Amino acid sequence: MSRPLAFTNARLVDPASGYDGPGSVIVTEGVIADVVQAPTLGGLSADVEVVDAGGALLIPGLIDIRVKTGEPGAEPKETLKSAAQAAAAGGVTTMVVQPDTHPVMDEPAVVDFILRRARDIELVNVYPAGAATKGAQGQRMAEIGLMHEAGCLYVTDADRPIVDSKVFQRVLMYAKAFDTPVAHRPADPWLSAGAAATSGEFAARMGLPSVPAIAEKIMLERDLALAELTGAKLIVDQVTTAAALESLKRAKDRGLAVTATTSINHLSFNEIDIGDYRTFCKLDPPLRSEQDRQAVIDAVASGLIEVVVSAHAPAPAEDKRLPYDEAAPGAVGLQTLLAALLAFHHDGQIPLMDLIRTVTSAPAKLLGLPAGRIAKGAPADLVLCDLNAPVVIDADRLVSKSKNSPFDGRRLQGKVLRTVVDGRTVYKV
Amino acid sequence: MSAAPPGLNDVLQRTFSFPKRHFLSSTDLNEVEVASLLDLADGFVSLNRQTSKKLDLLKGRTLMNLFFENSTRTQSSFELAGKRLGADVVNMSPRSSSISKGETLIDTAVTLNAMQPDLLVVRHASSGAASLLSQKVGCSVINAGDGQHEHPTQALLDALSMRRAFGYISGLKVAICGDVLHSRVARSNIAMLQMLGASVRLVGPPTLIPPAADRWNVEVFHDMRRGIAGCDVVMMLRLQLERMDGVMAPSQREYFRFFGLDREKLALAAPHVRVMHPGPMNRGVEIDSDVADDLSVSLIQDQVEMGVAARMAVLTSLAARLENDR
Repeated sequence: MSRPLAFTNARLVDPASGYDGPGSVIVTEGVIADVVQAPTLGGLSADVEVVDAGGALLIPGLIDIRVKTGEPGAEPKETLKSAAQAAAAGGVTTMVVQPDTHPVMDEPAVVDFILRRARDIELVNVYPAGAATKGAQGQRMAEIGLMHEAGCLYVTDADRPIVDSKVFQRVLMYAKAFDTPVAHRPADPWLSAGAAATSGEFAARMGLPSVPAIAEKIMLERDLALAELTGAKLIVDQVTTAAALESLKRAKDRGLAVTATTSINHLSFNEIDIGDYRTFCKLDPPLRSEQDRQAVIDAVASGLIEVVVSAHAPAPAEDKRLPYDEAAPGAVGLQTLLAALLAFHHDGQIPLMDLIRTVTSAPAKLLGLPAGRIAKGAPADLVLCDLNAPVVIDADRLVSKSKNSPFDGRRLQGKVLRTVVDGRTVYKV
Repeated sequence: MSAAPPGLNDVLQRTFSFPKRHFLSSTDLNEVEVASLLDLADGFVSLNRQTSKKLDLLKGRTLMNLFFENSTRTQSSFELAGKRLGADVVNMSPRSSSISKGETLIDTAVTLNAMQPDLLVVRHASSGAASLLSQKVGCSVINAGDGQHEHPTQALLDALSMRRAFGYISGLKVAICGDVLHSRVARSNIAMLQMLGASVRLVGPPTLIPPAADRWNVEVFHDMRRGIAGCDVVMMLRLQLERMDGVMAPSQREYFRFFGLDREKLALAAPHVRVMHPGPMNRGVEIDSDVADDLSVSLIQDQVEMGVAARMAVLTSLAARLENDR
């Protein structure tokens, strides 16, 4: 067991309790032993490693519920280890990996494999999300119960919408019996087919095949109706348009058990950032208009969108240095998530507490995790961060094996100084 | 030493350095630069009508045609333009060779770049491909069509045809008709014609007009009779026939009924109207042969002739830029 650790003189921000103020934290045996709402601690024994935070921000470790690695099957893109290293460097202490691997994570053996690998790597907490359907093909249910038993936190077919409404209805009904949430990407598959951008003046001028923003709302309306019918827990995987937010608001107002996420990329960029066909900005769902982006920011600020994800999707240069419509979608994001998120605090758009909540206590509550809070008895997953330190993102220097970051060259504020998982320091400047 | 062909001095005087290293989009040029290129192209039209067409303005230069998509007329137009200017011309169709072996666009470009071409003419099925390529090579890249994005030399030759037919472009009413959605010719033409002061209308069924086209400062018509009424130029676009089989329009015959250019519809345009088409035409689908072949209204053959001259102007000007960059 690692040496006891104490943080003193920190600014604690803990959305679970709503506390924002001076504080100290003692960690022993991987667990938070005590939290004191004062800058100093008395009576520490000599074997404790004391970290004087010097007023830096101490927050719960980030929980990122939508991460892709290349393992198993596409290890040159990213391994569980390289993703975990990126996570540690970015202050992410828990990541939920997506099932669209090779083979697809649609049965308990693959779940076991991921969990075993994560245990061996011993960096950050890794939980799998299982496939909702066999092969993530959207036709027959996967072994939802067995995967749940093996440790999956939710089921999803990741980027692929489950087109057949009957299949989706059954997945929702069945998953409900295990109290397993179902995440689904709201995208009308026919409108989305072949699209590389969102319909509008920009896509038309650039001659890019496009999908109307409304494709998101169309599928979301179906999903919400089926969630209501079945009573299952639905996770709306990345809401990115104003139109879909209206549907979401109506459903929530009626008390549906639905939680929506959005990605840091859709909060930070709009379609114009694609510029002269920058494939690092090719994402799935594609970047939207500035009005949509603003609507998504407002929805995070109001709590309509509760969880922000990195949507970490590594793609190596050979998959990105292609003509725009041939390039792979996706962006890495584990390492830049926190700094990118803090931009909304620095710009005065979203209060700090609300921002931190979207990546700590909110996802913890959604998935029933004990982490995501700074409280006595909670797992000692913590991030010490200099809130104001300027950073310039240099994609080539990211820890991930793939360097496809749309934040390349961006100036942000907020630097991770130390990341602690279960009391172990897994990253330190 | 043989006497210089008449008209060569005009061309030499009009030659100027291209404003950018590459020609990827109509928007790479401003109004003055387009006018200068058209003046230069006019000079080449005269030279091209002489018996001896061979010049040595690009002597020693290598022009590479890199066509990932099939093309007969554009490729031969560039080939002829290069040869008449005295350049060495190489035609590559990577579709049939390296790409099928898994080589990427960038690999192909880097390989060809190592052969030290001066001018690289590229056509590719993906929007942005020419731009991507231009970032990886040392020579000048000319976009000869990238997906549904741009085909700027076509816009230039269209402007040349119009200016020679009317004497001016500013104030002309131009109706661009047909599959605007998938057309790089339309995008390049809209930008250039607006730059030159023409007013542009787009005519086609709603399924073939880009959803946000009303924000391009154009008038959009879904009724062709109203769309071409009073127009000085009716520019027809090529249709891909497979899109006319219930995909973007119900059938070829229905399309022709409502959006095909025939005598009856053309009668609604200005009396001096001229008809254009970038070719190749689908006779009886988007245009009636009767109209296409009537040399008193059709500029279609002129466009092909102007294509060679306009491309000679672009090549000469880009080569002058390369000379300056040395």
